[in-house]
Order: sequence, then C-alpha cells, then structure tokens
Amino acid sequence: MNHIPHHHPGPDLLLAYAAGTLAEAPSLVVATHLALCPRCRAEVAGMEAIGGALLSDSSAATPVSTGLLADVLARLDGPPLAEAPRRRQVPPGHNPVLPEPLRSYIGGDVDTIRWRRTIPGLHECELSCSGGAVRMMRIRSGMGMPQHTHHGDEFTLVLQGGFTDGSGHYLRGDFASTDTSVDHRPIADDDGDCICLAFTDAPLRLTGRFMRWLNPFIRA
Amino acid sequence: MQADDRAEVDRLNDLLLRVARQRDRQAFVTLFHHFAPRLKSFLLRAGMEAGAAEETIQDVMVTVWQRAETFDPRLAAAGTWIFAIARNRRIDRLRRDRRPTFDPNDPALVPDEADGSMDTMLAEEQTAALHRAIRSLPPEQADLLKMAYFEDKAHSAIAEERRLPLGTVKSRLRLALARLRKAMAGDDPAGETL
Ligand SMILES: [Zn+2]
Ligand SMILES: [Zn+2]
Repeated sequence: MNHIPHHHPGPDLLLAYAAGTLAEAPSLVVATHLALCPRCRAEVAGMEAIGGALLSDSSAATPVSTGLLADVLARLDGPPLAEAPRRRQVPPGHNPVLPEPLRSYIGGDVDTIRWRRTIPGLHECELSCSGGAVRMMRIRSGMGMPQHTHHGDEFTLVLQGGFTDGSGHYLRGDFASTDTSVDHRPIADDDGDCICLAFTDAPLRLTGRFMRWLNPFIRA
Repeated sequence: MQADDRAEVDRLNDLLLRVARQRDRQAFVTLFHHFAPRLKSFLLRAGMEAGAAEETIQDVMVTVWQRAETFDPRLAAAGTWIFAIARNRRIDRLRRDRRPTFDPNDPALVPDEADGSMDTMLAEEQTAALHRAIRSLPPEQADLLKMAYFEDKAHSAIAEERRLPLGTVKSRLRLALARLRKAMAGDDPAGETL
C-alpha cells in the first residue's frame, strides 16, 4: 500500500529543482521524493510550465548569428546527440523499496547497500554526488539520535519505517527540512528499522558531524 | 488578449506536432526563428559566452528535431517541453552535473491519484492563462521570478545581487508562484490586487 506523503519540500526548493539551479546532491533527494509524491510532481510540472511561459515570452529575444540556422539544419539527420554521462538504470527487482533515481545511485535496492556502523544503532553509507554530502542512514528500531543542531541545510527523506522529532512524525516519502535554526532529536519508530536518504550542505560539516556523534547518545 | 495567447500556444504546439508527425522542416524552421533568439537570451543571462550559447542552441534545436515524437501537448506546451530540454543542456554545459530525475515507469513510483479533480482546464488554456498571469505580476515579483529561472543562481545569490533580505526574495517568489498556480487552476488573477 502506498503512503501519500504529508511532509514536502518547500516551494523554494521545488522551484530551484524545476529551474535547474539546484546542485546534484539536493536534487537527488528532491527527485526521489517526487517519485513518491504525486502532489509535488504536479507542483514541479506547474513550475516547468512557468519556465516555458517565461522562455516563450517575446520581450526576451537576442538576435542569433546568420549562419546558425544552416548549422542546425546540417546536423538534423546526423547521429543522436551525446548526453552528459548518466548512471545506468538498475532493473528493479520485485517490489523495490528504493525508487529511481536513488536505485541507480546505489546500484541496486536496499539489500545491496554496503552499510558502515557509525555509532551504536546507526549505520550509514555515503553516496557519491556533487554539491554536498548525501548518505543513506539506517536507524535501529526505537533508537534516538543524539540531540543536534545544524551548520547548514539538512534534507531527510524516509524510505522505510519512520521517525519522530519535535516537528512531526515522518513516514515513507516524507521529506524533512532542517536548517541552523532547528535543534532536534529524531527517534526511530519502534516497529522496524528506519531507512532514510539524507543531504547536508557545507563540507565543513563532516568533522562537525563526527564530533557530534561523539556526544553521548541517548537510547529512546 | 485571451484569444491571442491561446492562438500563440496552439500555433507553437501545432508546429512541434508537424515536426513530430511529418518531419516537417518548414515547421522546424519557424520554431527555430521563434525559439533561437529566446534561448539565446535565456543562456546569456545564465552567464554563458555568446559562442557557447549558440552551440547550446544548436544542441537544443537538434534535440527538438530528434525527440519531437515524445512531445505530448496534453502534458506540456511546446514552450515548456523546449524549456526542459534547454534547462538540462544548460546544466550539462555550465556545471557538468547530472540532473537526477524520477522515472515515470518505475514500479516503485507512487502513481497520481486518478480522481479527475486535478485539472478541468485544457492544457492549452492553462498555458494561455499562465502567459496572462505572468504579464500581470507586480514588477518586483516578475523580476525575481525571471532571475530564479534565467540566471544560474541560488536564491541567496539573487538576494545579494538585489540587496534584499533572503526572506524577502523567498516570500516574493512564493507569492508569484501562488498567483501563477491560481491562474493555471482557472482562477484568473488578472485585475486582482495582491
Ligand atoms: Zn511532496
Ligand atoms: Zn538533523
């Protein structure tokens, strides 16, 4: 049964994604949310329509070189254009937990993730992406993360299980955004491990995060 | 005004459909004359050199020709379809980044709720209403909206350039989006004061 998400990225984030100004790393979290959220897909389609209307607007035209049309016509029946390298899609197994585009970034479904234990109760797996740090997190059922604040933006998308913090209860497809103003202590639901995709900006956070994990963590 | 917008949306959709169905070169040339100068403005504002912008226009227009059969006017207007190609090419060119996208055929995708309550307007009418609503945006909202789409900048960089607090930029963009969204839903805000 599909859960329809209740927590969504803010309009600024969807706009940056639709306009193409959002870096790859946060875009991966937004695009994975879109796979699970019909509401935001419709929102992004509307924002793309706005981009199309702005582009079609007659007031913004710059003359092009006289030879450009001939150059284009000469290429029409040439070989298909090379695209920037994309990740090869991974054929889905039965009932995949991870949707595209995340599955291709991982190279398979949840069972292929190579987890690394960070602190008791928490496993992580870094993904390679430009524009910030993205990682998968698996929080043991019923565990609480250490209380923490943020040095920048943090976007978390639940893929399995759920967690609760001061701002609400998050289930599959739900998108949590936190920034420097938020101080929270997420606690995984006690009916199974919680698997999330998380983005953090500011590379300096890597040491910061490591230091934070050294804080005594509290069992829920 | 309303009829003009609708006629223009239909004209561009028809040209692209003629390219898709009949491989009509004359229709393609007309599309080129319409979009190439607009694409050039779009790419120059994103910070490209004129030469790079024209190379990118070539790539966009060749892609339009090669992928035309995937155009579906019920899903998006010709301008929107071409905007998406240009946006992706711009990302390739400026940042060499990938743009992660969902796959509509993925078995893990949560499908749209097919209750029909979404849109009762025709896509062409929605697009025409959108053009009208964009022209009726307050100038300070229109300015920021164009920057958000045309300049390859984060909202924080836009705030710096316009010497506005980030919160003001975000709230003006949200107001503009809400207004345009209403227009697309058939609730014409032209003449309304916000
Ligand atoms: Zn959503
Ligand atoms: Zn946090």
